[in-house]
Amino acid sequence: MSVLAQQLLLGLLIGGLYGLAAAGLSLVFGVLKVLNVAHGELIMLGGYGTFWLVTLLGLDPFASLALVLPLALAGGLALYWALFGFVVRADEETRVKNSLLIGFGLALALHALAVRLWTADERAVVTPYGGAVLGVGGLSIPLVRLLSLALAFALIAALHLLLRHWRWGKAIRATAEDWQAALLAGIDVRRAYLLAFAIGTGLAGAAGTLVSIGYSISPSIGLEWTLKALIVVVLAGLGSMLGTFVSGLFLGVAEAVSAAAFGGPYREVAGLVIFVLVLVLRPRGLFGR
Amino acid sequence: MLEVRGLEVAYGDARAVADVTLTVGPGEIVALLGPNGAGKSTLLKAIAGLLRPRAGTIRWEGEDLTRLGAHRIVERGIALVAEGRRLFGGMTLEENLELGAFAPRARSGLRRSLERVYALFPVLAERRRALVRTLSGGQQQMVAVGRALMSNPRLLMLDEPSLGIAPLLVRAILDALVEINRDGAAVFLVEQNVQAALGLARRAYILEGGRIAGEGPGADLLQDAHVRRAYLGPLALGAGP
Repeated sequence: MSVLAQQLLLGLLIGGLYGLAAAGLSLVFGVLKVLNVAHGELIMLGGYGTFWLVTLLGLDPFASLALVLPLALAGGLALYWALFGFVVRADEETRVKNSLLIGFGLALALHALAVRLWTADERAVVTPYGGAVLGVGGLSIPLVRLLSLALAFALIAALHLLLRHWRWGKAIRATAEDWQAALLAGIDVRRAYLLAFAIGTGLAGAAGTLVSIGYSISPSIGLEWTLKALIVVVLAGLGSMLGTFVSGLFLGVAEAVSAAAFGGPYREVAGLVIFVLVLVLRPRGLFGR
Repeated sequence: MLEVRGLEVAYGDARAVADVTLTVGPGEIVALLGPNGAGKSTLLKAIAGLLRPRAGTIRWEGEDLTRLGAHRIVERGIALVAEGRRLFGGMTLEENLELGAFAPRARSGLRRSLERVYALFPVLAERRRALVRTLSGGQQQMVAVGRALMSNPRLLMLDEPSLGIAPLLVRAILDALVEINRDGAAVFLVEQNVQAALGLARRAYILEGGRIAGEGPGADLLQDAHVRRAYLGPLALGAGP
């Protein structure tokens, strides 16, 4: 019993990162109608950003977030200007197709770049407190993963507040609902796209930092994280960041249940089953508008 | 003063508006009439910058708007209440109104503009926090007009504001237009309810097959047998005012 509880707890902890990974993808897809399949590679790059800052500059990995987040934001601006800004000029159907092509190309390029820079080896960020464990009622909670979950939630909550109260946050929501109406209201829709994409990339970078601390990174983790994020986006639906976070937690726990019930190799099956079930039974997702 | 000259708008190969020339003077109410598919909505969208004209020019207060982005045209003082209202249904009534004042020029007067809209449509003031998709069609149309007003327009364009709305609320919206006009804004109105439109408008244009087929003072057009037959139906001809 306590083994199962421990499994569920670990599932919950990684679920927070699923939620954070999905939030950026959801924002970009919901606002730009662009599916960035290189989202996982952006997470991977964020992880290596932290890896570098820790190993080269000796920064604390959690503190590296203060650099990785703005760097990823800036990277998002650059990517939008270089690639995705052209996609949004097409109508919405063409956007998804074109963004898939661009996204796959970008994913391959970033993967190759990461192998070149950091080799194909798996890396993890090591901290003096990395092994610390909190014991609560027979469960042992890895401290860094707990901190990661808390930070993931803090970032999602900050995003939620930004979208609700910031002037441009409201403009981003309006653009997601109806971009032509947003134009008629006097909103510079291209600017809203740019901001949403940069924020989405920033969140991917931050998720990468947390992945590199509590788990491990390698150049090939991108696809896996894109898929997790995609499952969570489908499960949550578009339009609610808190809902996306909750759905991430749900996926983490569901995977743990699946692994406990059918064995480790079946961990991933839970997500795929959820993916299909939601698409069939409730295509707009649990929290979708 | 809005001056449209030789305007042509096409969707791919299909020409929706051809060689349209018209003006809307400062403080004027002008109606645009015509059957379904005549290109009325296309014309308004082109003026608002949502569609790029293939030929012709759109000038506003001496400035050429033809290649300007839609959000910049709002900033210049032209607002469109689009067909079907096009509100942000998942946001509150007040958020919708606030977004109407997004342009830098309008932002400073946001509080005053909000009060003006609530004074114009008192029923909206009671439902500020309601999600727009929970409002009735008539209330939504009021929000749509209100959102356009929030940008402080000097030309307000409306595409069928009475479509699918209870007659009592239509009256409220048309009365509001008169009041908006009295405050100094010009109004350019596409309306199926021809009698109501011509009752308000000093002048009207008739658009048929994408071309201007007639123009004149509203009262004259109302007497015009052709217009009556085409847009008011046989009943109106027989009954007479």
